[in-house]
Amino acid sequence: MNAFSQALSIARKDLAIELRTKESLNSAGAFAVVILLLFSFAFDLSPEETKDISGGLLWLCFSFAGALVFNRGFAREMPNECLDALLSSPLSAASLVIGKAITSALLLLVVEAISFFVYGIFYDTNWLKQPWSLLAVCVFATWGICVIGSVFGALTINLRLRELMLPVIIYPLLIPLLIASIEMTNLFLTNQAFNFMWLRVLLVFDIVFTCLAVALAEIILVN
Amino acid sequence: MPAAISLEGVWKYYGDYPALRDYTLKIEEGSCCAILGRNGAGKTTLLRVLAGLSPFQKGSIAVLGSKPRSSEARRAIGFLGHGIGVYEDLTAKENLDFFATALNVPKEKQTVSAWLERVDLARVANIPVRQYSRGMRQRLALARTFLASPRLFLLDEPFTSLDDRAIKMLGELLRDARDRGATILFSTHQLREAMEIASHVALIEQGKLRHAGERTREMLEDPGFLYREHTELGGL
Repeated sequence: MNAFSQALSIARKDLAIELRTKESLNSAGAFAVVILLLFSFAFDLSPEETKDISGGLLWLCFSFAGALVFNRGFAREMPNECLDALLSSPLSAASLVIGKAITSALLLLVVEAISFFVYGIFYDTNWLKQPWSLLAVCVFATWGICVIGSVFGALTINLRLRELMLPVIIYPLLIPLLIASIEMTNLFLTNQAFNFMWLRVLLVFDIVFTCLAVALAEIILVN
Repeated sequence: MPAAISLEGVWKYYGDYPALRDYTLKIEEGSCCAILGRNGAGKTTLLRVLAGLSPFQKGSIAVLGSKPRSSEARRAIGFLGHGIGVYEDLTAKENLDFFATALNVPKEKQTVSAWLERVDLARVANIPVRQYSRGMRQRLALARTFLASPRLFLLDEPFTSLDDRAIKMLGELLRDARDRGATILFSTHQLREAMEIASHVALIEQGKLRHAGERTREMLEDPGFLYREHTELGGL
C-alpha cells in the first residue's frame, strides 16, 4: 500500500466518523452562516461596496471555519490512544497528516458551498459568473489552509490550549494564501479576467507546504 | 535463538527523571516474556520505546534486527497500549476493516469476520463501539492487535477489564501466537496469569531491571516469589 492509498484510507475513516457525528461540519457550517448573516445585518452596503469586500469577508469566514474543522482532525485520534495504534502500525506519519488534510479540505469545501449559497441570498450577489474559476480557487486555497492546519494540528495535539493556539499560529502563515484567494475571488465575483499571478502564488504555497508537511510529519508526530 | 529484542544500556528520561536506567535485556525470538513491576516502574515506557512511540536518549535498541520505528519493525509489531486504540464512533467491523486496510491484511473481509468470531463480537459487530462494555472494547482491541498476525507483540496490561472467559481466550491467543513463532512481550499486574503464559520474566523496579530470566517452577507455584527475591522494596 503506497503512502497516498494510506492517506486515502485515513480520510475515508475520518469521513465515516464525521458523517456519523457531524461535529466539525455542524460547528463550522453554523459558524460560517452566522458570521455571514451578522455581517449582512451589521453593515448597510451598496452593491459596489459589497463586491469590494466579498472576497475578504468570505475567505476570513472560511479560514476561521477551517480552524474548527482541522482542530478536530488530530483530536479525533486522542480518545483511546488511537494515535499510538496508528503510529505503531506500518502507516507513515506523512500519510496520516495528508489524510487529515484531505478530510479537512473536503469538509471545508462543503462549508464553503453552503456559505456561497447563503452569501448569494443575503448579499444579493450572483457568485456563479465564473463558477469553474471560483471552484479552482476554492480547491487550491482550501488545500493550502487545510495542509497547514493539519501540520500544526499535529504539532499542538498535546497542548492544553490547542483550540486557542492553533489559529494564533497558523493565521500569520496563511496571509499570502488569503491575499491571493481574496483577490481572485473578487475578480470572479465582479466577472473580471483571470489573474495568473495570484494563481501561481496559490500553487506555490500549496506545493511548498505540502512538501513541508510530508517532510516534517515524522518529526512532529513522533519526536 | 536470535534475539527478537535487544536493548543495550538504554536510558530514557522524562525531563530530568530517568524512567529507564541503563537497561540491558535480550529477548529471544519465539519467547513470551512477562514484564512485571509496580506502578511507575517503567513497564509502559519500555513498551512505548520498543514500539517506536517514545524516543530514548542513550543506548541502543534493535527490534527484530531493525531500529524501533523503522518500517520493517512497524510491519512486524502488534502494539496494544493502555488505550485500546479503536474508534468509539465506528462499529467493531468498521474499526477492523480500517485497520485491516491500513495494515495490508490479506483476504481482508474473511480475516475481519474470523477475528470478530474469535473474540466473540460477531453478533454486535455493527454496533458503535461507544455502546460496548469495557471488556468488549478490550476484546476488540485484542482483535485489532492480532489482526495482521504480527511477529512481535507488545502488550501493555492486556488482561485489564477482561472476565475469566476472556482471560482464557487471551491465553489461547497468546499460546497460538507463540506456536507460530511470534515473540510476545507483555506487562501485567496479574501475576498468576502471567506466570502461566510466560516462558520468561523481567522484573523492573524504579526504571532498573532487577531480574530477567526463564520463568521457573517456583514462580509458577508462588507468583509473589519473584518480588520477594529480587526487589529492594520487598514482597507483596
